[in-house]
Amino acid sequence: MAITTATPSPQAVRPGGGGKDGVKRHQSKPWLPYALIAPAVVFELLIHFTPMVTGIWISFLELTNYFIANWSQAPFVGFHNYGIAISLTNAQGAALLNSFAISCGFTLVVVGLSWGFGMSAAVALQRSFRARAIFRTIFLIPYAIPIYAGIIAWKFMFQQQTGVINQMIVFLHLATPTSQPFWLIGSNSFGALCVVAIWRTWPFAFLMLMAGLQTINEDLYEASALDGARPFRQWRSITLPELGAVNKVLVLVLFLWTFNDFNDPAILFGESQPPAGDLVSWHIYNNAFTIQNFGFGAAMSTLLLLFLLVVSVLYLLFVNRRSTRA
Amino acid sequence: MRETTAFKVFRVVVIVVLTIFVALPLYVMIVSSVKPLADVQSTFTWWPTTFTIQPFIDIWTTVPLAQYFGNSVIVSTAASLCSVIIATFAAYGVSRWRFRGRSVFTTAVLSTQMFPGILFLLPLYIIFVNIHTATGIPLVGTLWGLIITYLTFTLPFAIWMLTGYFDNIPRDLDEAAKVDGASALTTLFRVILPVARPGIVAVIVYSFITAWGELLFASAFVGQFQNLRTLSVGLTQYSSETAVFWNQIMAASLVVSVPVVVGFLLLQRNFVAGLSAGAVK
Repeated sequence: MAITTATPSPQAVRPGGGGKDGVKRHQSKPWLPYALIAPAVVFELLIHFTPMVTGIWISFLELTNYFIANWSQAPFVGFHNYGIAISLTNAQGAALLNSFAISCGFTLVVVGLSWGFGMSAAVALQRSFRARAIFRTIFLIPYAIPIYAGIIAWKFMFQQQTGVINQMIVFLHLATPTSQPFWLIGSNSFGALCVVAIWRTWPFAFLMLMAGLQTINEDLYEASALDGARPFRQWRSITLPELGAVNKVLVLVLFLWTFNDFNDPAILFGESQPPAGDLVSWHIYNNAFTIQNFGFGAAMSTLLLLFLLVVSVLYLLFVNRRSTRA
Repeated sequence: MRETTAFKVFRVVVIVVLTIFVALPLYVMIVSSVKPLADVQSTFTWWPTTFTIQPFIDIWTTVPLAQYFGNSVIVSTAASLCSVIIATFAAYGVSRWRFRGRSVFTTAVLSTQMFPGILFLLPLYIIFVNIHTATGIPLVGTLWGLIITYLTFTLPFAIWMLTGYFDNIPRDLDEAAKVDGASALTTLFRVILPVARPGIVAVIVYSFITAWGELLFASAFVGQFQNLRTLSVGLTQYSSETAVFWNQIMAASLVVSVPVVVGFLLLQRNFVAGLSAGAVK
């Protein structure tokens, strides 16, 4: 990929010999930009690209715990792992498909509501009013707080006997103290997972949209107000189009982060793994590491990567075509 | 600019609903951290029966919190500082030069956001083990592996944000420095960086927060070493035990959150300014 054109030479980053060749300097040192990006290229190659290629390679191996100590001896099995992963008659294949479906539902709910909350809050706080700074600060706290601290607090809130959620449900007479629902096991766990994920995701959407709103020229609103445009009309005809570039990146990033989400189920559920909250990263992790079938885990991860790649490319094609037409 | 009644109603509803949603866990965390153990083991109450700061004292011995804290500080500080330095050079190159492979580089770097962490977790560990045995660079059984992993995780977003920021700095400044005989790096340090401070701060904040909260790679790389566990691994493991002292873990959550939240809130203006610059592209 990028990598062949960028010859990594970290020592070249030293300031070059002074000289006074002035404006033509940059042409005289064609290697300079490559030297500047070299450290980034080295780390991306080492931490992102090489492991990814290795991971794809592992997906063609029978890498079980039997071979893990001597993993280079693991036999090559071609598409065998993939065959299991996509076979619907096989229990493992069916479980993967089920987990994929849960992740799709989870992503739709979390990205949709996070974007909606973020947009509502950004628009509500767009014009200055008293106490605006205070609410902006409050809204950003879930983004700043360490991921695990927020999720652990929710885990406590969702406890069946001692949690605040069931306390409120009983208080509102939606359940009796003896019939309090379980949130972290059983079918309710999907809802609990969504609430927690939205809680810690929407502030990022708010942050990005708020930053985007600051770049919109106030005159646009003034002019349209003179023409008699109401706030909703202004939002549709000014705010939304002007935020096009931000939204393009934001929705994609939210999609990728949410679909790959590992933290929420891992911290919320711990050792108990409710089927309703079986997100795909969590599913793969449990299969690869507790069952110790790393080849199969890698094959499932590669399928996940392919899926994300296809969706992202289609999304970008769709968004870019619409924006060039507009 | 006049505001319609409908807009005012919308604003109040949005603010009230979202404030309750955001604040509820924060309130539960704070109020539970000053409750005696008996309180958090029975039905939830909105106010402690007796007020105590004992959980804040006990948690340091219930789990080795100081150790976790130290590890997290080392990893997050090192990763965010290295990340911002590397990202600054890369963004400067991308922003100021049109070179072959430029768009391939930016696309490839951003595409890494697509990689499921779960796919390269094990391969990365295997690579670290091999580098360790081949060269003796201690990437396993130390915090180094985590540091270089985290700095790489934050590079893509950091480069994207800083490139946007640098693009907004007028080239006239560069040209003027060049005419004065400044080299490219002198220009970066003397001209660009002072103007780009908000962007730099934003990147450091973002990287620090990301590293401070990461769990998956931390569990895999240092989870088995008691003395290397970071806060995310240590506290998550404790919260999964069968008998959890919830008041103590809420106190711990509060203790580990306050430094990052306060730091973030103090720097939020910079952060928003940095994002705006990246966003207009």
